[in-house]
Amino acid sequence: MDTGNTAWVLTSAALVLFMTPGLAFFYGGMVRSKNVLGMLMQNFFSMGLVSVLWALVGFSLAFGDGGGFIGNFDFAGLKGVGDAALQLPGYVKVGDVDLALTIPAIVFCAYQMMFAVITPALITGAIADRVKFAGWATFLGLWLVIVYSPIAHWVFSPTGWLFKRGALDFAGGTVVHINAGIAALMVVIVLGKRKGWPREAMPPHSLPLTLLGTGILWFGWFGFNAGSALSAGNLAGQALINTHLAAAAGMLGWLLVEKLKEGHATTLGAASGAVAGLVAITPCAGFVGGMAPIVIGFIAGGVCLLAIQFKFKFGYDDSLDVVGVHLVGGIIGSILLGFFADTSVNSLGFDGVFFGGGGELLTDQLVAVGATLVFSGVLSFVLAKVVDATIGLRVSPDDEAAGLDTTQHAETAYNLGDFGSMGRIGA
Amino acid sequence: MKLVTAIIKPFKLDDVKEALKALDIQGMTVSEVQGFGRQRGHTEVYRGAEYTVDFVPKVRVEVLADDADVTRVVDAVVAAARTDKIGDGKVWVTSVENVVRIRTGEMGPDAL
Repeated sequence: MDTGNTAWVLTSAALVLFMTPGLAFFYGGMVRSKNVLGMLMQNFFSMGLVSVLWALVGFSLAFGDGGGFIGNFDFAGLKGVGDAALQLPGYVKVGDVDLALTIPAIVFCAYQMMFAVITPALITGAIADRVKFAGWATFLGLWLVIVYSPIAHWVFSPTGWLFKRGALDFAGGTVVHINAGIAALMVVIVLGKRKGWPREAMPPHSLPLTLLGTGILWFGWFGFNAGSALSAGNLAGQALINTHLAAAAGMLGWLLVEKLKEGHATTLGAASGAVAGLVAITPCAGFVGGMAPIVIGFIAGGVCLLAIQFKFKFGYDDSLDVVGVHLVGGIIGSILLGFFADTSVNSLGFDGVFFGGGGELLTDQLVAVGATLVFSGVLSFVLAKVVDATIGLRVSPDDEAAGLDTTQHAETAYNLGDFGSMGRIGA
Repeated sequence: MKLVTAIIKPFKLDDVKEALKALDIQGMTVSEVQGFGRQRGHTEVYRGAEYTVDFVPKVRVEVLADDADVTRVVDAVVAAARTDKIGDGKVWVTSVENVVRIRTGEMGPDAL
């Protein structure tokens, strides 16, 4: 056990947790003021429900030793996870490849919990303004256990089939972003478009909140990516600077294309571009070096801006562009890793096309992307259909018009004056 | 008695208020309003989705004045609110049948 490494991963767990409120504000600023509490709540609720589910079964299904496809129930209820001597399945040294953890299993479990919290929260941006809270809560819990835990096992656990095959994903390009992105698209298809979309104006109610959320996300992402080194050394430093440069270049890429295409560089564009860059660098963060993060971030920023136009072309109401940013950005990063991966940065990785590794890694990356798309896509669609048919996934047209804040939570975000019309009941 | 109603650019409110104070006007009412005139609105773009915003924010100033003071009030407002650019707004005058000061019950010109 290494105390320095442990301290950094503990810190990173807190950083990653902070991303979920950051995401909530990133999205919350983009919806209309009658739906902002609904949006914040859908995200905050994940911190409640997913954390408990992770301790009960999620961690065990993701990191237990149940073969290549899914874990088992050995660690259900965190059984034995607090034992300082516990070595998690697969995290061992075999020949030259040393995967042995230098941090306690309980710290790793806490760190991974925060990933589980934010991944389904990403979906909320696509389904903004119309999802019924009870329906979302049910979908969230089912999705975490049935979709997230297995894919985390495939990719992150050394016993998972994609890990063994040689697919690389440093911090969650497939597990987090492609997974949540395709799930978002499926739930949108089941839910349908918002009343009045795309004809009626649905402008963001507070871009300052969105920019604040972007700042929190960017800050927390250092824990997400540099923490995934699971050590406090050179690799964490490389992952951190890669993360930062990709966010910076993503912003520049988005703004450049936006300025040329639409005529203005917007604040929402700056925020969106930074997030697109962060998404794309996530799988690559600890496997690339040099100027690769700038290239990856810049491409992601420009391409994601173009990708968000698809929803108007194909008529799906991905309200806050989860598909255009997280799905497309995640695919860009996962595939570009097949070109830019460099074993001189990380000996546990493989060389990509540009570093003499041929097409082998690229093939593995495409398999990982495809497997995630199919598994998460199909199961997310089925889950959304089941929840819609039982509990109901969408609010009534009247509730949608009135807004989620008052109809789902009996609250108003901004009580500015007008207390004259409010009276206390039962006092 | 007359009611002078002015629609002006919001940042001109302070100038108009000072000009009216200089005339010894006893009161004014201000509200934030929106609308369009020849200036029209503007366009906004959010992630490529373009919106037209038809209404521009303006400030409405209302002043009650004695018949003898009306011309001076209107002239003061016009002079203070003018920037010579489109969207400066309008001033109009309407007749007022009666005015009551609520506290005292005074009526007509005495209530101004």
